[in-house]
This record gives sequence, C-alpha cells and structure tokens, in this order.
Amino acid sequence: MDALVLQLLNGLDKGGAYALIALGLTLIFGTLGVVNFAHGALFMLGAFCAVAMKQLLTLSKLVKDESITFFDAFKEEPYLKIWFGDTGAIIIDYAVPISILLAIPVMLLIGLALERGLIRFFYKRTHAEQILVTFGMAIVLQEIVKAMFGANPVPMPPPEIFAGSADIGSFLGLGNSVVYPWWRLVYLGFAGIVIAGVFSFLQFTTFGMVVRAGMQDRETVGLLGIDIERRFTIVFGLAAVVSGLAGVMYTPIVPPDYHMGMDFLVLSFVVVVVGGMGSLTGAVAAGFLLGILQSFASMNEITSILPGIDQIIIFLVAVVILLVRPRGLMGRKGVMES
Amino acid sequence: MITATPRNDLLLMVFFAIAILTMPIWLSPIGAAYPDLLQRFAIYGIFAIGFNLLFGLTGYLSFGHAAFLGVGSYTAVWSFKLLSMSVVPAVLFGVITSGLFAVVIGYISLRRSGIYFSILTLAFAQMSYNLAYSVLTPITNGETGLQLAQEDPRVFDNLFGTAMESGSGIPPTNLFGLEMSGYSGFYFCAVLMIIGFYISMRITRSPFGMMLKAVKSNQNRMSYTGLNTRPYTLAAFVISGMYAGLAGSLLAVTDPLAGAERMQWTASGEVVLMTILGGVGTLMGPVIGAGVIKYFENIFSAFNDDALHEIFSFLPDVLQDGVVAVVGLFVGEGWHLTLGALFVIVVVFLPGGIMEGIGRLSRVFSQKKTIEPTVKTRAQPGE
Amino acid sequence: MGILEVRDVNKSFGGLQALNNVQLNVEEGSVHAIIGPNGAGKSTFLNCLVGRLTPDTGSVTFNGGSLLGITPHEINQAGVARVFQTPEIFGDLSLLDNVIIPTFATRDGSFTLNAWKRADQDWEVREKAEHMLEDVGLIEKKDAIAGSLSRGDKRRLELAMCLVQNPKLLLLDEPTAGMSRADTNNTIDLLKRIGKRGITKIIIEHDMHVVFSLANKVSVMAQGTVIAEGLPEDIKGDPRVQEAYLGGAHL
Repeated sequence: MDALVLQLLNGLDKGGAYALIALGLTLIFGTLGVVNFAHGALFMLGAFCAVAMKQLLTLSKLVKDESITFFDAFKEEPYLKIWFGDTGAIIIDYAVPISILLAIPVMLLIGLALERGLIRFFYKRTHAEQILVTFGMAIVLQEIVKAMFGANPVPMPPPEIFAGSADIGSFLGLGNSVVYPWWRLVYLGFAGIVIAGVFSFLQFTTFGMVVRAGMQDRETVGLLGIDIERRFTIVFGLAAVVSGLAGVMYTPIVPPDYHMGMDFLVLSFVVVVVGGMGSLTGAVAAGFLLGILQSFASMNEITSILPGIDQIIIFLVAVVILLVRPRGLMGRKGVMES
Repeated sequence: MITATPRNDLLLMVFFAIAILTMPIWLSPIGAAYPDLLQRFAIYGIFAIGFNLLFGLTGYLSFGHAAFLGVGSYTAVWSFKLLSMSVVPAVLFGVITSGLFAVVIGYISLRRSGIYFSILTLAFAQMSYNLAYSVLTPITNGETGLQLAQEDPRVFDNLFGTAMESGSGIPPTNLFGLEMSGYSGFYFCAVLMIIGFYISMRITRSPFGMMLKAVKSNQNRMSYTGLNTRPYTLAAFVISGMYAGLAGSLLAVTDPLAGAERMQWTASGEVVLMTILGGVGTLMGPVIGAGVIKYFENIFSAFNDDALHEIFSFLPDVLQDGVVAVVGLFVGEGWHLTLGALFVIVVVFLPGGIMEGIGRLSRVFSQKKTIEPTVKTRAQPGE
Repeated sequence: MGILEVRDVNKSFGGLQALNNVQLNVEEGSVHAIIGPNGAGKSTFLNCLVGRLTPDTGSVTFNGGSLLGITPHEINQAGVARVFQTPEIFGDLSLLDNVIIPTFATRDGSFTLNAWKRADQDWEVREKAEHMLEDVGLIEKKDAIAGSLSRGDKRRLELAMCLVQNPKLLLLDEPTAGMSRADTNNTIDLLKRIGKRGITKIIIEHDMHVVFSLANKVSVMAQGTVIAEGLPEDIKGDPRVQEAYLGGAHL
C-alpha cells in the first residue's frame, strides 16, 4: 500500500511534466495545424533559463576569506551577498522560482521569433516537412545550449526550505515509510496551477474563445474576418511559455542537460497521441495517466514478472491505443487526418 | 529533363558504377579517399537508398529506421561469433532478420498513415533502443556493446578448419579468405551498394514502383481502382528495412561491434536528412546526400580551435579570435549544430534537395543556350 | 433480374435516418439516373454501394454476389468503378501513368509484387492506356502532370481511368458539377459515346439537362428513400417529384 501511494505520487510529478509539454504541443496542433518536433527543445530551453538565472545571481568576485587566518585565502563571494548580505543569500537560494520571472519573457520571445521566423512558412506544407524542419530546429537549439552551458547536467538545488522530504505516510495514516521530496509536491501544485491557468485563459477570455473555435474549425474562423494569423503567433508563444515553465521548475528534480528536450519530446508526442491530437483535456489526462503507469511499471514487483516493462510501457500503450482507438482517448474526428 | 528510357537508365547505371568504384581516385583531391570514410559512404548510401524506397515512393515517413540498422548489426556480430567470420552468412542473416522485424513493425505501424505512422515507428524504435540497453543485455551486451571474443565458438570456421591458429587474436572478417578491412572492405560495400542501387532502379521503374507512387499520390483513388494499398506499403516497408539491415550488417563487417546507440532516434533522423538533402524520390539523391553528410561530418568534426586559428591566421588577432569563436560553434563537437541548421535550410529553401538544385542550375544554363526558341514559344499562346 | 439489386437498405447516423428502405433495380446496359434535392441521401447511397459506408440493414447484390462487407478495392475488382464529385486522380503522376495504373489493376488484381519488369515497356497495358486517352481526347497531354489539368480535363481523365477497367457498372457522382455549359455538353457527348459500349451506368445528377440527355431510367430520392421511378418523360410530369423539389435549389 505504501509503495503504491509512493509510486502514484512519483507518477504524478512526471505526469505533470508530460502534461505541460503535451498541452503546448496539442495546442499548436489544434490551432496551427503544425507538428512541432522542437517542442521538447522549448522545455529544455526553459530549464536552461533557470541555469542562466542561477549563474547570473551567483556572479561572484574573489574576496579574502576571513575565516582563514594563517595565510591570505580567497574565496568566491557572490555580488548579491556582498551587496545585500543575508537577503542576497536568500535570493540566491530561491534562484529556481525566481527564474520564472526570466523564463516568461524569454520563452515568449523565443516562441514568437520561432513562429514568425520559421513555423509560419510551414502552415501549408506537408506534415512530413513540418516534422523535418522543426526536428532540425530542435537540433540547432540543443546544440546552441550545449555550446553555451556544456554537455554535463547542471545540478540545480531547490530552495533550502523545500530541500527535505515530506512525511506523507504519517499524514495519510500509513506509517512513516512514505516520504516524498517537498519540491516534487511543489512541482505538482505548480503544474496544476499552470494547467488551470491555461484552461481558464482559453475558457474565459475572448481570445481563448477564438482559439477554441479555431481548434474546432480553422477555416470558418478564418472566414469570419478574424486575424487568425496573429492569434496563431500568440498561441505559439503561449505554448512555448508553458513548456518553458515546466522546464524551469523541473530542474531540481532532474539536473538539466542539453538533450533532455529530445527525451521528453518523444514521450510527450506519445502522450499527445494517446490523449488524442488536438484535445487539451486529453493531453492532460494522458500525461498524468502515462506518468503514473510508467511509475507503477518500474516497481520491483512488476519488473520481476515482466522485465523491461518500465522501459517500454508508454510506447506499448501508445501502440495499443493507436490501433484500437486511432483518435486517441479524447481525439476528435478530422484532426490531423488528411 | 532526361526521360527514363531503358537506354538512359543503362547509361546512368554504368556511370554510377564507374563513379562509385573509382571513388578512391577522384575523391583523393578533397582528402576523402581513405578506406574508412569510403566504407561509410557506401554503407550509408545503402541505408539512404533503402529509406528512400519507402519515404520517396510511398511518402510514409518512418522515424524508426535506425532500429533495423541496429538489428542488422547485432545479427551480423552474432553470426561472426557463433557461425563464422565469413561475411556471407553475416550479411545474409542481417538482411533476413531485419526483414522479419520490418514485417512485424510494418504490419502494425502501417495500419495508420501520416504523422501517426511516424510516431508509431518512432515508438517501436525507442522500445528497441530501451530494451537493447536493459532487458536484452544478454543479447546486446548493453552499454558496452556487442563485441567479438577470442573464445567465441565460430562453429563453421572450426568445422572446416578455416580458423586461424589460436593465439593469433580474433580473426578478421573475410570474404572467402579475403580480409574485409581497408580497400577490400570498401569494394565489398561498394559492390553491394551498386547492386542495391540497381534493384532500387528496377523497383522504381516497375509496375510495383508505380503503385507505390500511387500510394503517395492518392490512396483513396487507389482503393477505388481495385488496388489493395496495405500489401504494397508493407512490401515497400520490408524492402526498405532489409536495406537498413544490410547497411547495419556492413557496419559490423567493416568494424565488428554493435551498440544500441545505432538504434537511437537521432540515427533515424540522420537517414531522413541524407535522403531529403540529396532529393526525396530521386534515384541518385539519397546516395549523394549520404556522401555529402558523411564527408562533412568527417571534415567538420575533425576541426578544433587550434586548426581554426591556423586557418584564420591571416586575420588580425582580435578579429581572428572572434571568427574562430563563431566558426568553432559549427565544427568539431559542434558538428551537430551544422547538421541541424542544414536540415532547416534544406527543408525551407530546397525541399527537393541537391537533385532539385542541380535541376534548377541546368535549367538556367540550358535556357541561356536556347534563349530564342524560349521566347518564341512563350509568344505563341498570346497570339 | 437487374445487374444491381438493392433491397431494403437502411442507414442512420446517430438519430438521423439517412437512408430509409431504399429499393433499386438497375437493368444491365441501362443508364439509370438518381435525382433528388440536397440531403435526399444520394451520396450516402452511393457510398453504400462502393464500400465506403456499410448499410445498417438490407442487401446490395451485384451480378449475383453481395457487395456488403467487402472493401472498396474488392468491389472494384468485382467490376464497379466510380467517378467522384471532385475528381480523384493521381495528381502528381503523368496522365499516362494515371491510366496505366487502373489497367494494371484490372489485369493483375489487387496486389502483385511485379517489381522487376519495366512498367513503361509493358506494351499490352501501355497501348490500352494510350488508346483510352485518345478516346477521351487527352492523348496530346499524356506526359503532363495530372494535377495541372483543368477541372474538366481532370474529370475526363478520371472517366478514362474508370473506363479502361471495362467495368460492368460505372457510378458517376455529379459528373458535370461546377462545369461550364460547354464543358457539360462535351461531357454529355463523351458519356453518350462510351454509352455505346454497353456499360451499365448510375448517374447522380442535379442538372436535369444532363439527366434527360443520358438516362433511360430515373429514380427520384427524397428524405432517404426512393419516391418515384420511371422513364424520364414520366418522371418529368410526376407531381410527387415536383413536390419533393419545391424549394430545392436546383430546379
């Protein structure tokens, strides 16, 4: 029982990341009709926004280390600490959440630039060509990051206060064997908030209404004289921000490296397909579902019966779903079927 | 435009064979005429020719072809280990095994088309890759990769006494005693590529090939014309998978080890790039694309900062550092950046690849020569 | 006994009864027109004949065998060819290839792994295809890419692709929709000319001019069922037909 709860929780935060990336992917599918293979790279860029922020905040100069009195020793002291003392230290400690402030404008800009500079020329081209060009773009983005930040994973600690683990077991009355890192709970909550934010934006704003109408029937919306192109651009920017934020907050869970985007992309695509192309709720549901499934499949009890199942469970589910329900769990007719 | 008459095809074939076999001569001025690179030209040429038979003719974009490459390699190495160091069974089994894999994967994946097909193939390739790294370690030797060992059984070699005397290390791969390394290895791969090219030409010109083009053009019309699309696409998928298996086993022939990274989806992406860079659906394109990419990969990844400083030494120091820093992004470790950028540029500006580029150039030239008749024919419709 | 017999065919989508006990009997060698206002179920009916849709109940018997439960390509192999409302052709192949493909399909069946011989050297097939193109007046353009043709030419090409198969039954879905008067007349002439080969035809049409120039029997559909059937002259005067069409957009 304890193990099950733990796996459920593990699955939820992985699922949260899948859901956030898949949400952006499916939004882009549904509105722009573009298959974006560069979406994982956007997730990765978000993560590296956090890395950049951390580096920025910890810009240091060498100062004399007063604690060593035998000889002149020097240590690196961040400017923030020198200027603001303890407040500065706290700011550095909170580098990851603070990065959100950087990530939003940066990801929005990157998204807009990508859409205006590249994607918009591919609305009328075949899906194969869209896949190819965005695949190329993904490689470019990840190689740039590799050149700037190196090939090794960059450890990103969460703020001190979230560093420990929550004793969920006793909270639920299961004994104290279910411990769960605080940051993962934060991530789960954050994913929930972003998903709720995106849904309410689409549900309650005029802009969102047009976008939803566009997902139902793009041509008709275009015929209504609504400047659909401009909205496409914004949707793409929004999707970039969503997956970027997913990336920022994921950094304390898995240290980011330049190819993390590719790994997540393949899985997110599977998530989108399982959920149904162009279905927002489908993407979220499938994201959590597959995250949990993957987490359960990696339990010892399961892998001892079916070795390797944890490695392939998601793909296996995708294959079965595509064959049994070609449109995915919640897919609509006519999306991406030309 | 050159029409595809049997005579022209024969000429193309002869020209192609000569061009491939003389590569060691005409590639030496650009420093590409050493066996290791030439072997890769031929092997990836085969891979791309096969991929193009599927993608170019039917339009089905597989993102999992590297899986067949990997299967071919593993099978070949196992053939070396268990049966014989002769390349004949290795290549044969490599092709057959990957063909069988292709039957299974193709049968399932081809139930869907378009992007769904791409994702299904991708899913299968990722599954193979993940399994090769984990559960299948007894077969694939996991991260280390599958290698030959002194104490491998090599049943046939021992049976017929063709095995070398013990103590002389692991015997080399051979074709009836001819060692498959260096130039002989290249010629072996080159001959197989020429055969592969010939087969792909026959297929393209055949009624079967015409049906595959019909699949790409209009599946709906095809079924209302009384044609069953499923077996056509499956046949194309399997043939294409066998080409990949051949390429994979040749990789093992020239360098007898196999690792799971050959099955990674970036490897699948590479063959897609080769094909579109050269020209999707053309006969020569994939070969040219494979050659260009393997050549530049070789050149570009060999550069380092020191070499760059040497090249740009004619510039003033300040400028030199800047230029080296920028160019340095694209070479050496950064070769993949060039590859990605190339990908984007080709798809945006030259969707027909190098072959289309050549076509455009030759049209420009031929128009200059025949400028007067062109004007005349243009004037006619207006009269 | 007709070549095509449709008995009690029903088809509904959700709550909508698209076809309601449709009966149809098509005589061999006849040109049978199906007319009716928009939404009468004509296209649904046609789709049930070629295997695109499966009727909920009823039977469709063609030449003694059932057409239900078999795939479109099997239906074609049984001898039914179809011309679509928007021409379905192989847009990026040459005209000649467009006609050669159905010729192969008729001769070699739904799948043959004929991967070694050259398609353009199969003289039997090629001559047949070129003959057909000549018949429909497209032979000069045989090397052009089919997608570049005008709409009228595309339609003629599609017709050639169907005729070269020597079908026993040819289904024409609004063969003159969206055509100019001149093009329409050309198409009528063409259909009359090929009519001499004795191929049974079912024509779905809005244009009464076309119907009365070609058909020797007319069925009128309204609200998913056949409300009248008879010779063209009789149908013209039938009050039920006029009622069904009242307010219809095409008369």
